[in-house]
Parts: sequence; structure tokens; C-alpha cells
Amino acid sequence: MIPEIGHFALILALALAIVQGILPLVGAHRGDATLMSVARPAIAGQLLFVALAYACLTWAFLHDDFSVLYVASHSQLALPFMYKATAVWGGHEGSVLLWILLIAAWTGAVARFSRRLPQPFVARVIGVLGLLSTGFLLYTLLTSNPFDRLSPAPADGGDLNPLLQDPGFVMHPPLLYVGYVGFSVAFAFAVAAMLSGNLDRKWARWTRPWTTAAWMFLTIGIALGSWWSYNELGWGGWWFWDPVENASFMPWLVGTALIHSLAVTEKRGLFKSWTLLLAITAFSLSLLGTFLVRSGVLISVHAFVSDPTRGYAILAFLAIVILGALTLYALRAPDLDSDAGFRPTSRETFLLLNNVLLVVAAALVFIGTLAPLVFEMANIGKISIGPPWFNVAFIIPMLPLVYLVGVGMHTAWRHHATSLLPKSLRWPAAIALVLGILIPGLVYGRFGVLVCVGTVAAFWVMGSALVDPIRSWRRAAGTPGLRPGVLGMSVAHFGVGLFVLGVTLVSAFTVETDRSMREGQALDVAGHTFELRELRDVQGPNYSAIEGAIEIRDNGKFIGEVLPQKRQYLVQKNWMTEAGINVHWNKDLFVALGDQLGNDAWSVRIQYKPMIRFIWLGALVMAIGGLIALSDRRYRGGPTQEEDS
Amino acid sequence: MKPRQQRMLAVGLVALGVIVATTLTLRAMKDNMMFFIDISDVAQGDYPKDRNFRIGGLVVDGSVKRQEGSMDISFVVTDLHCNLPVRYSGVLPDLFREGQGVVAHGRLGDDGVFVADTILAKHDENYMAPEVADSLADHVKDETQRVAGKTGACTPQ
Repeated sequence: MIPEIGHFALILALALAIVQGILPLVGAHRGDATLMSVARPAIAGQLLFVALAYACLTWAFLHDDFSVLYVASHSQLALPFMYKATAVWGGHEGSVLLWILLIAAWTGAVARFSRRLPQPFVARVIGVLGLLSTGFLLYTLLTSNPFDRLSPAPADGGDLNPLLQDPGFVMHPPLLYVGYVGFSVAFAFAVAAMLSGNLDRKWARWTRPWTTAAWMFLTIGIALGSWWSYNELGWGGWWFWDPVENASFMPWLVGTALIHSLAVTEKRGLFKSWTLLLAITAFSLSLLGTFLVRSGVLISVHAFVSDPTRGYAILAFLAIVILGALTLYALRAPDLDSDAGFRPTSRETFLLLNNVLLVVAAALVFIGTLAPLVFEMANIGKISIGPPWFNVAFIIPMLPLVYLVGVGMHTAWRHHATSLLPKSLRWPAAIALVLGILIPGLVYGRFGVLVCVGTVAAFWVMGSALVDPIRSWRRAAGTPGLRPGVLGMSVAHFGVGLFVLGVTLVSAFTVETDRSMREGQALDVAGHTFELRELRDVQGPNYSAIEGAIEIRDNGKFIGEVLPQKRQYLVQKNWMTEAGINVHWNKDLFVALGDQLGNDAWSVRIQYKPMIRFIWLGALVMAIGGLIALSDRRYRGGPTQEEDS
Repeated sequence: MKPRQQRMLAVGLVALGVIVATTLTLRAMKDNMMFFIDISDVAQGDYPKDRNFRIGGLVVDGSVKRQEGSMDISFVVTDLHCNLPVRYSGVLPDLFREGQGVVAHGRLGDDGVFVADTILAKHDENYMAPEVADSLADHVKDETQRVAGKTGACTPQ
């Protein structure tokens, strides 16, 4: 019964989404206030029914209702409670439902927090989001209904993919989706502005907080995904340039460009058509990501569904959204440009370079991700493009960007009259040079040009990001402090520095080795001693495992014990490697059990990963920067309040 | 700068960036782009001689041999038409198993043994890399024809 209620709720939600997608747009076009006022009740109703459907599916999981096909194939009686609740998004149908819930939630948030914006504009935004909801609801009802029944119902389910039974998985997909879907708001703002033909600095100010919020969630979502694959895929990598990782990374790159271009549009009224194009692209890439994951066209660890109909349906939806938005853009963009200009030495120039480099990076990731597909379709052969290619290609635009950030942050709008490297920046520059060149050699015992280029860049960004906060901290009493916007920018850029430092040191100084090991044997890797004390059998709730107890010593001093496991899940019979990781602030010591080699020996992968935590810490700090910027009171003001800084 | 100059500058920079990056990456591509070669084609000598490539197929039942206590392992991969012996040293993926699909990166040694530097087996036992599935499907067809006397057996070069 409950699943039928869920199904019915989805159908009602579709009806309301159609109303939400049509009446407010017609109303805004005709200037009919009654039709426009339908927008808010419609989204409230849609959100209510989608939430009800989602609750029904969750109920089915928690009550082990295996007569529902989706539950039967993604859960099991012995699955721990937490994973039953989160298994809802462990497969295709449920994650589409999550997507629908999130887009309704974002729309609800727009309706709630935009009461002071002009009614026609809000009606258009909610209407456009309603059309997107309609598309996804149709998709789920026609091709991937999560409430389909299975008859006869099996006694037990097929279990959730063991890879997904990890705390990282509990948060990674929802956060990633919140970010993905969040760009639909920036998209809707852009389409609404094009429909009205009215795109001014106020528009940019309204759009900025939504874009920053979506970007923030996407940042954390991607970082958690990286952390999850590091813990769970078992082999110690933190980024694989897997097509699906790339699919989440491309919207992030374009979204980052959008944040910066919106800043120019808000402060100076420039880059308008470019900003629109980025808003359209960011969301289109989110949709493309969904297509890549769901259609199974690309080989990927994430490609857990391959059903051509679903792929074609998403592709059709993608085509409608992109072509529709671009047609509108072609009609409207020529009227938007501003007459204002800027000098070559101005913040505008640096933000332009930021945009160019980020878009080039996104384009390269795009080329690398889709090239295998193009090659295969053109019958040239089946190729794969590996991480080495991406690593090289990605650094080309990114390294100059990191160096430019330090200067760009402190350059004036319009025209920067004095030196681009003022006194306040000479200290950070000098410190960055000294630390960046000395640290690789003194701490890690090896100098290298590329490493130093990376470490100097990291310290340079961190140092120059601290200039404004330090100046504000030392200011005379009574003078105004830093605006949250500026502080948020400084914090986010400091996060970039932490991230670059982590990536550089991990890439340069990781030690990784596969060895054979017996009980009682000790191995020396990267200055640490790893001793296999014991191998034992352990039982988990839904798996049995062989566990190694490995003691780690640093110069004879005990610094920790890790318990890597080889698990066999009882239902799916899959073997899974559960790595043992000994975490320090400046290094991870990573041990994974490989295979039984005979003669009581096991193959063991041992890794030393310096500063790897800084990669995720950097991403977290970037997101915190976004949060600080969001708290700027300027974004809460109504349309009439005009400020400049 | 006047707006028209700005636009020119922006367009010029984007174009320059994409051109530079594409040129550089195309050069890099040459080394990092790996072709997937059917095992039957490898048996015919039709494979890149001077660089790495990828093969894929099923691990033949009973072919996995390991030197007791060592990391060295050898096994045979088949596309259901031709077989190819593979040598590897290192930790195997969790789903590596006889009778299951596998993908290997590496190059062919002079002794006709494929020396793998990476072994991939997919995370879901029902999932097979599409390229492996394609390759197998092709040869299932060939095999039926061969049994019917229409094509020859695997004829190594």
C-alpha cells in the first residue's frame, strides 16, 4: 500500500510541476499577477508530494518490503539500519528520486528567500525550475519508477553494493547532488533574465548567493567522493580521472568561473553575456554528468546501470534544455553588452584570465572524457585516456591560474594605478619563495623544479590570501573591518593554497610498494617499519573477513596499529578490500591486504602519503570561504538597495 | 579598453588557450592514449609493437598459476577464439577470478607473453567492460561459424 501511495504522490507532483512550469511563465509574459501568484503554492505542493514519495520509498527500505523491486535489489535483511536509510539513493531509480526532491527543495528555497524580488522575475525563475522538475518527473515515471513491484516477493534482498556500505557514501551522493541541482537555480535565473530581457547588476547580485551555495555543496561533495574512493576502493588513490569524477568536476570548474564572472557583472556591469553562457554551461554539464553516469556509455567504476532507453531519454532532455537555452541566448545576448570599459591593469583583466583558464581546463577535461566515445563512434579504435594525460593537460591552465590568483586578489577595479606587486605583497612573495624552495629539500630530501613550482605557488596563494585578514586584524580601533565577501574570498583562496600544497607533495613524495608478507614479518617502507603481528578471522553484521594486525613503528617508536581487512559479503559473495589507514596531520600510512599467495604469505600494498589530508582540508576551507561570503548582508537586501564597494 | 577591444581580447585569449592546450595535449596524448586490441588481433600480430595497449577477455578456468609465496602470477585470457598468456606481478583486484572478465594494460614480450602492468576487474560481478563484452560477442559469432566449417581456427602468425 505504502509504495502505491508513493507512486501516486509522484504523479500528483508531476501534475503540480506542470502547473508550476506553465502558469507563472504565461503570467509573467502577460503581466497577469493572478497567474504569477500560482508559482509559490504550486512549488509548495510539488515539494510536499515529492517529499511524501521519498518518505514512502524510505519506509519500504526500513521495513524490508522486498515486494518492491528496487528495494529487493538494493537492500537486505541484515543490512545495518543506517545503510537501509541511505540505500534509497544506492541505485539508479532512487538517485533520480533524490534529484527530483532536491530540485523541488531548491525551488522551495528560492520561493521562500526571494520575497523581496520583483514578482515577474521570481515567477519566471520558479516556472523554469518547474519545467525542469516536469522533465525529471516524467523521466522517472516513464523509465525508472522506483515503486515497481516484484511478484512473488523474495524472502531476502540482493544487498546493497558493498562498495556503497561506507560512511563516506552516506554523505557523498546527496551533497554532490545538492551541488549539481543547485546550478539549476543559476540556470533558471539566467533564463528568467533572458526572457525578461532585463539583465543588470541587481540580477547578478541576486544570482550570486545561489551560485555560491551550489558551488559550496559541490565542492564538499566532490571532496567527500575523493575521500570515499581513497578509503573504500582500497588502493590509495584520491582522484582517478574516472569519467564520472570528471562529470562532477566539469560543472565545478565552470561554476567556479561563474562565481568570478558574476562578481564582475555585479560590481561593474560587465561580462553579462559571458556570465549567462557560463550559467547555462554549468547546469548543462551537470545534466551531461547524469547522462554519462546513467547511460553506461562510458566505462567507469560508477557505471552501475546500463539501459539504453534511459540514456536516450536523458540525452533528449539534455538536448531540449541546452538547445532551448542557447536559442534564447542567441536571440537576447547581443542586446546585453555594456559600454563600460576597463584597463589592462585592473581586477577585471585578472578575472577575465581566471575565466579563460578555468574554461580551458574544463574544456580539456571534457575532451579527455569524451574522446574515447568519439573515437569509437568514428571507428578509429577503442582507446582509453589515462590519468597521466589528464594530469599533464590539467596543470597547463591551472598552474598559471594559481600564480595569478595572488596578484588578482589585490588589484583594483577599473584601473590599478600603482605597481601590481605592491609592498604588502612582497613579503608573501619572498616567504613563498623561501619556504617553497626549502621545504621539498629539507623535509623530503629531494629538490625538483616541478615540485618547487608547486610548493611556491601554494605558499604564494596562502600568503597573499592572508594579507587582507592580517591588515584588518591590525587596523586602528573604530575603522571598519573586512566585509564577509572579502573575508570569504580570502579564506577560499587560502583553501586553494592548502589544496595545491597537498596535491604537490602527495604527487611528488608518495612511496608505494607491493610486497609479500608473512605473520611475524616486518618490512621497512619510507622510513617506517610495518610488522604483521597476526592474521585472524573476524565477523561483521553481513560479512566475514580476514583481518591483519599491522604495527607501525617510526625509528623503533610505536606510532600506531592498522587493521586492514579482506571482506566477503555474505549475500553477493564479493570480496572487498578494506584498507587500514594510520592518519597523521602530515602523512597517511596506508596498508591494504592483497591476495593469499600460498605458504602463509599475503601480498600487501603499503603506501606512505605525505600531506594527503591537505587535499580534503583545502577543499573544506574553500567551501567555508563560500559560506562566509554567503553571510554577507548585502545579499539579503531587496531590489532597491544599491551598494558599491 | 573599449568594449569591442575587450571582446576581441576575451575571444583571442580563449582561442589562444584552447589552441596551446590542445597542441600540448595532443603531443601528450600520443603516449597516454591506449588502444584496446582484440586478443584474436594480437594473435594475428596486429598490435602496436612499440607501446602499451590494453587487452580484455575471460580468465581461462584452471590457467591461474602462482609461484608459491611470491607475487608473480600467470594466467591465460581468452576472447573465446584465441588465447593469450599473461604475466603479472603485484596485487590483484578483488574481483579477479577464473572465468570472469578482466582487462589488462601492458605490452607483448618477445616470448609471446603479455606482460601486464595493470590488471582491472570490475567492481560488480555482473558488470563487464563494454569493450570486453563486444570482443567476446564478436567471437561467439565466429565460433559458431567455425564449428559450422565457415571460418578457420585461431591461427597465430
